[in-house]
Amino acid sequence: MQLSLKWLKDYVDLRCSIKEYCHRMTLSGSKVEGFSEQKLDFVVIGQVKNMEKHPNSDHMFITQIDIGESELLQIVTGAQNVNIGDFLPVATIGADLPNGLKIKKSKLRGVESNGMLCSLSELGLTKNDFPYAIEDGIFIIDPKDLGANSENSPIGKNAAELLGLDDVSVEFEITSNRPDCLSVIGLARETAATFNTIYSVEEPSFKGVSGENNLSVTIQNSEKCKRYCAGLVKNVKIEPSPRWMRERLKSSGVRPINNLVDITNYVMLEYGQPMHAFDLRFVDGEKIVVRDAFDGEKIMTLDGVTRELSSDMLVIADATHPIGIAGIMGGEHSGIMPDTNTVVFESAYFEPISLRKTAKKLGMRSDASSRYEKGVDPKISLTCLKRAFELVELLGAGEVIDEIIDVDYTQATPACVSSNKNLPLSTSGFCDSQEILNFSNKIPLYLDAEWTNDFLGTNISEKDMVDYLERLDFTVVTKGTIFERGKITVPSFRIDIESKADIAEEIARLYGYDNIQSTKLRGVAEAEFTNEQKFIRTVNTICSAVGCNEIATFSFISPKELDKICLPIDSKLRNTVKISNPLGEDTSIMRTTTIPSMLEIIAINNNNRNLSGKFFEIGKEYIPTSPDTLPKELDRLTIGCYGETDFYILKGIIETLLEKIGILKTVYNTPNGEFEEQIALHPYRCAVIGAKISQNPDDKKFIPLGIFGQIHPNVAKNYDFDTPVFVAKLEIDTLLQLSKNETIYKSIPKFPSITRDLALVCDEKITSYQLETIIKKSIGSIFESISLFDVYRDQKLGENKKSLAYSIVMRSPDSTLTDDLADKAIAKTLKNISELANIR
Amino acid sequence: MKEKLEQIKTLAISEICTAENTKQIEELRVKFLGKKGELTNILKQMGSLTAEERPIIGQVANAVRSDIENALSEKKSLLEENEKNAQIEKEYIDITMSGKKPNIGHLHPLTIVSDEIKEIFLGMGFSVSQGSEVEFDEYNFTKLNLPENHPARDTQDTFYITEKILLRTQTSSVQVHVMEEEVAKAKAENRELSPIRIISPGRVYRSDAVDATHSPLFHQIEGLVVDKGVTMADLKGTLETLMQKLYGADCKIRLRPHHFPFTEPSAEVDVMCFKCKGTGCSMCKQEGYIELLGAGMVHPKVLQGCGIDPEIYSGFAFGLGLERIVMRRYGITDMRLLYENDVRFLKQF
Repeated sequence: MQLSLKWLKDYVDLRCSIKEYCHRMTLSGSKVEGFSEQKLDFVVIGQVKNMEKHPNSDHMFITQIDIGESELLQIVTGAQNVNIGDFLPVATIGADLPNGLKIKKSKLRGVESNGMLCSLSELGLTKNDFPYAIEDGIFIIDPKDLGANSENSPIGKNAAELLGLDDVSVEFEITSNRPDCLSVIGLARETAATFNTIYSVEEPSFKGVSGENNLSVTIQNSEKCKRYCAGLVKNVKIEPSPRWMRERLKSSGVRPINNLVDITNYVMLEYGQPMHAFDLRFVDGEKIVVRDAFDGEKIMTLDGVTRELSSDMLVIADATHPIGIAGIMGGEHSGIMPDTNTVVFESAYFEPISLRKTAKKLGMRSDASSRYEKGVDPKISLTCLKRAFELVELLGAGEVIDEIIDVDYTQATPACVSSNKNLPLSTSGFCDSQEILNFSNKIPLYLDAEWTNDFLGTNISEKDMVDYLERLDFTVVTKGTIFERGKITVPSFRIDIESKADIAEEIARLYGYDNIQSTKLRGVAEAEFTNEQKFIRTVNTICSAVGCNEIATFSFISPKELDKICLPIDSKLRNTVKISNPLGEDTSIMRTTTIPSMLEIIAINNNNRNLSGKFFEIGKEYIPTSPDTLPKELDRLTIGCYGETDFYILKGIIETLLEKIGILKTVYNTPNGEFEEQIALHPYRCAVIGAKISQNPDDKKFIPLGIFGQIHPNVAKNYDFDTPVFVAKLEIDTLLQLSKNETIYKSIPKFPSITRDLALVCDEKITSYQLETIIKKSIGSIFESISLFDVYRDQKLGENKKSLAYSIVMRSPDSTLTDDLADKAIAKTLKNISELANIR
Repeated sequence: MKEKLEQIKTLAISEICTAENTKQIEELRVKFLGKKGELTNILKQMGSLTAEERPIIGQVANAVRSDIENALSEKKSLLEENEKNAQIEKEYIDITMSGKKPNIGHLHPLTIVSDEIKEIFLGMGFSVSQGSEVEFDEYNFTKLNLPENHPARDTQDTFYITEKILLRTQTSSVQVHVMEEEVAKAKAENRELSPIRIISPGRVYRSDAVDATHSPLFHQIEGLVVDKGVTMADLKGTLETLMQKLYGADCKIRLRPHHFPFTEPSAEVDVMCFKCKGTGCSMCKQEGYIELLGAGMVHPKVLQGCGIDPEIYSGFAFGLGLERIVMRRYGITDMRLLYENDVRFLKQF
């Protein structure tokens, strides 16, 4: 909402700086986003005292201008319409004009010029603002416009001030609960309440002429249209509006068009009530029917688009056709044309929800429709119509026929009257709570000072509370019986007030949120992180300790990502939660696997020429259940790395993690369909991570914890990876379930150990795990640990052979192990191993 | 013989004095005191002495030996010290050469700040509740006093999955779940409602195109307190504590009236500009304060909808945008950096 401060001052006496105004309004709840001052600094009114032809030019003049200083100002001008004695706007040195021109001292063909005489356009004006001025010359100001008289010389005064161009426009952010503040009067009310001063609005009135008014108005759907006021203006004279109105519209961010359109906009800005004006010629039968549209009925709207309507939409129709979509947009003929003679003015109240649905369905939004959607004051329809007619008469824009129509269903008993302007009307913008009750079934409210103070944590006196509420046009009964006392009457424009808490807010904001003294929460509350939260922290800590950087990725991905990781068409992971209105395909499905997100980040880093990276993220996968239930959201740990890394580095990270969280009995197998993402991994360089279930080493059963490996070359190609990339995905919930965080100290061995190295040459197909199992078993109770320290392949070893070198540590817990015992254990090991084929 | 002994002593001491290293000292020890050394050689001639002379010469010989030994050992320790010092000096390294850093990982700035905030609240007795991101419209809107066709729904451009299921636009959805669960627990155990103090951090979604200050996915931290006698002054105090712990003890906050459908009274909370301390600068657009979060007293309709009697209980709620706090904290000016995850960015935190 853009507010003209000049306009505001029509209603409220404001005496403070603009900065203070903005600050205090913001703190009382009308947030000011900013303000712009219309400024014409250094432009003053001057009078031409002398002028002569320029000696070196045949069209220029040297003028001597009185700007109220001791010496006359010499200005050279090329204009031909200047005469001695003229009052004109003078831009002096330092002026910064609206068209971007900066005034400096200069010489024109050798003659000094100390400023510039201004034209209309140089001041940001048009002929519509000052119709008597010419456009291709200096703006010679009519002395009447300057209020010039013998006592009060305009000379030297700021031109903007004298010409009324010094408005300040304040930009408010009005919240959706306060549509009443989307108007000058609404903000005047807030201003007065904030500054504890008064505001006054006079009830509009117009003279009117007697004339025929055959117009009839029928409301067929009084649920959706609670009030419709209409009147006629004949013999309209369409012309530009006067300057004051144009200036105010411009300050409010509305472009002036012509007097009739400007009047409807002016009233809308002033009262917040949308107005509509249309040509009576196109109202067939001079009948206005507010009715539901017929299914499939068509209307061409003002913007030239043909729209198909449905029966849930409300239209303004004449005897035969719809002529407008109620509160949203008029029909094609509803504009004002140069040959228009008689205009219908409409001021109505439409029910917000259905209007909102219609606007949404048709994809149409206008200033009027958005006001109706938020809710206008149901009581001001007639006032606004009268205000419009008052302005029509003020501007001489036509003759108002004094008989106006007001069909009103807002009252307890529906009224349908054709009323004369002189009928007494309750149109001040207020109604008593009884009316509110009838109107929107609200429960009556009472002021409960004790409750309010307890709720706010304040100590505001009841008297002050009443004062705050009264400043906002609420009334509070302070006398009478116990049932009457404290009863609050809410003004009709405050559609947001429903409960005690709302009243508390009104009190609090005028008391000042700043004045509420902070207190600490009382009482003891137990709080701790849940096991899951602690676990996630632990995993974060371990992953970063082993050198991985945490990333944050979007939860939605493109379905193409699933293609990029080569998921088959029938993969379960292709059954996703789909966003029905995505921003674009890239973010259109909720991911069912975190692996593409990781690969995207690796791709970004790789493309950014980062040579290597290790990343991790604990993020969710979203697995659909049924259309009516929420998907499962499962936490996954994803690890990814590239550059200066290999399969075993990633495996080492995983092993460290599992060890640290207390999952000790693990197994690494060739994947066998445990995870769909298997397809994205190199078939010979990937593994499923399992936790063994049984202590028995022969029991092969395991719980799958996750999968990891090198990216399949096909997938790597899809992401343009030029270096091997490795990823892992582990299921947080399974890890948490199996993790044991109880560490029991093992005593540090007292007796020395013996280490023996073994190099075993075997078939490629024999796995390290197989060998280690035999070694462990053979060495028996003195086995302590084993580590693989070298893998060697050479032609000399033979085709498909490898040499694995292990370092085996043996120790006896209760004596010094002898070489003899150690050698025996190794001999037994070798014997057992050689029983497996092809090992030496 | 006595003279010979004295000569040996003089010779030995002078040679010891000129010795240059411990090796020479050892050679001198052998030369003078060794089995075939000069002193031994002299002493071998003791047999030729008279019985009277023997003890006297013996005494002299012992004194000479002891003097030489002392000289040797003194010189030796001196030389050893010198050699050690020389060795230490040789071990000079260029301390300006860069260190070899261990390859550590880093937590994402969003996690770092979120963890910090969680700990601050834990200290004030708030538990952490998690909610689902894919949520029923009912919990994201309707039960938060945002009925269907409420104009405020427009301000949160929502991603819908079906008509009834959406991606939550605010962590406030968790409020309703927590209150409903607590009410159910109290009913089941036939007791009155326990005090509720929770925060709920998590991802929220709005259909804003990605730019420097917008993202269709971002993080909020919701807070909710419900108990008997909870006041707006408590809300102010709680937020003050939070901001002072986050930004320092001299941090000031300002509450401004605002509107959220699920709180009444509602407030927007500004924090005093860190740069200008409230006087107005370019960072705060001359306002002296920076808008940081939304808060308010839980709307009676919301309480009622969860089965909590607003006549007996009251509460407050607040929601802060994590990205905004993170960006301010680290001086990050483009939100996209948080989701691009360039390793050169990640390693800075």
